[in-house]
Amino acid sequence: MIEDFLDPEFFSSIARLTTPILLAALGGLICHRAGVFNIALEGFILLGAFMAVLGSYIGDSAFWGALSAILGGIFLALVFSEFHLRRRGDPIVVSIAINLLGLGLSTYLLRSIFDVSGVFSHPNIHKLPTINWPFLDSLWLLDLIFNDQSILFYLAILSVIAFHYFLKYHKIGLWIRVAGENQEALRSSGSNPVQVKFLALLICGIFCGLAGAQLSISNVGLFVENMSAGRGWIAVVVVLLCAGRPIPLFFLIILFGVVDSLSLRIQGLGLPQQITEMMPYIVSILVLVFASFRRFRFSSKTHL
Amino acid sequence: MSKINKTKTAGIVIETLATFLSISLIIFFLLYLADANFSEAIRGFIKSSIGGRKNAYLFTTFSKMALITGMAIAALIAFRAGLFNIGGEGQLVVGGLVSAFVGLSVADFGLYGILLALASGMAAGAIWALLSGFLTIYMGVPLLVGSLLLNYPARYISSYLVSHPFRDVNSGLPQTFLLPKSVWLPYFQGTRLDVGIILIFLVYLFILVISQKTKYGYYSKCMGISFSFAKISGLPTKKIVFETLALSGAIAGLVGSIAVLGIHHRFTDGMLVQPLYAWTGIIAALMVNLNLWGIPLAGFFFAAISTGAAGMERIAQVPKEIATIIQAIIILFVVGKLGSLGSASISSGESDHD
Repeated sequence: MIEDFLDPEFFSSIARLTTPILLAALGGLICHRAGVFNIALEGFILLGAFMAVLGSYIGDSAFWGALSAILGGIFLALVFSEFHLRRRGDPIVVSIAINLLGLGLSTYLLRSIFDVSGVFSHPNIHKLPTINWPFLDSLWLLDLIFNDQSILFYLAILSVIAFHYFLKYHKIGLWIRVAGENQEALRSSGSNPVQVKFLALLICGIFCGLAGAQLSISNVGLFVENMSAGRGWIAVVVVLLCAGRPIPLFFLIILFGVVDSLSLRIQGLGLPQQITEMMPYIVSILVLVFASFRRFRFSSKTHL
Repeated sequence: MSKINKTKTAGIVIETLATFLSISLIIFFLLYLADANFSEAIRGFIKSSIGGRKNAYLFTTFSKMALITGMAIAALIAFRAGLFNIGGEGQLVVGGLVSAFVGLSVADFGLYGILLALASGMAAGAIWALLSGFLTIYMGVPLLVGSLLLNYPARYISSYLVSHPFRDVNSGLPQTFLLPKSVWLPYFQGTRLDVGIILIFLVYLFILVISQKTKYGYYSKCMGISFSFAKISGLPTKKIVFETLALSGAIAGLVGSIAVLGIHHRFTDGMLVQPLYAWTGIIAALMVNLNLWGIPLAGFFFAAISTGAAGMERIAQVPKEIATIIQAIIILFVVGKLGSLGSASISSGESDHD
């Protein structure tokens, strides 16, 4: 029974399932710390996923795919900034609109450029490279979990550490934190909080775009309509739960990755697909409940 | 003084024109991307949103309008009380699902069967909304996130039920059996428009009355302006939260029932999720700045966009998702004029009892 669950595929799929949520959550984290209530991660990821396929198909290489995914994320981040930062729209409303925009644009462009609906796959879509670390080859569990993963997986892990130090010690990281905690203090020190928030949104766009790229041109080599399937919302939940701290965020997301991976295993044992696909959302709710009982407070500065 | 007013008016006119122009430019750009014939596309849009033989398309727009207006009312009453219930989709789905099941089993009761199916759809929607309220009040889960997350279980459970245990195997699609004709909502004479729009109109009148004339309406508006103020003033905030969510969920459930009993006559997997009824309703409510009087117009407007886009797809091969993009763009352009949505502290995760 246990062996059915914990086969090699279980361990190697954890990274694959974790990376998109981790990348998106890192983007959301920066926004959270900068005091931008961004719950449009879902739309960012979806457009990123589509743009990755588009870039990879047209540019004939995975590099162009990743680049165009980043551009897709940045585009929506610019839209967010224009309507939230400059025109002072309510962030929740802007987020709802951008989620719809991401869904609408990705499906519309899929149908008008490639003339297909539902799924687009083509041999011209190149997948992101994976990296093999020879020294891991003999350490079987570490080998399964960490070796031969997509390049974005290693980028995501490095980013967790980088974000931790960036927010703690770097000047711009400090600005971002202050923008979230006390805008006036930032203004009186001579920096413009709007610019800092803009920067945070751009970083968020880049990371969510990459999250989309991981979904479409790394996990699989195709685009499916609405393929983000709620992962952006899980990222939002995780960011709220860890109050914008990168290290707890990382471990929470590993938990989600393990649950995701387990439910894929259970599906193999005959449980219907719909029930296993539901698991991450049920776990999100349970974790939120558990966290509030632990008096694990959400940061209360960022809303509206 | 008058001079200032004049420049202000001019400013508003210019701004409106600029907004209109930008939206049109974006639409033309999208049409260009889809390689469409502009005049054909626009003629197709207009013809199939309000035209058609014997106004057939106009009636389609009306039946869509009923659903979108219903979802807009459901969103509006929650938002106005400061409760970000963005789980309308889940409430809609469970409402439709339950009334499909009830409808299948009460075929012999005629009108009472219809009423029973509608009522059980409403109850199911209300229960689903109350679940998110329960998570918020007793479990400390922010309503914004909690209500949204509950959309997914609703979607997946309904998908499971209609693709396995309750599937009409012969139909080839994941859907329930066709409802017997005795529980279909009646059509208006000589049209394909069902009476669901009248039910939604009654709901609209009901909400108008309770929000203008009752203590509950007044309290819920107070709570929307400031949750802490309502609490300190001794209003029964917990009760208002549950009442509002139950009402909002019941309306969403009713919309699901109308879609099942009046339009599709069965529950098909994804039929209430794919057209984004819940999100369009939220957008419609936001566009009129949560003003109840503007809701029917906004509902008609977005219904016309969506049927028009479907016609554009038929006639000029423009993907109908252009409707979603247009909705998103419109709301983005008006959002700056709306101002903040109130304090809504329990919705977005700020704790008020520390």
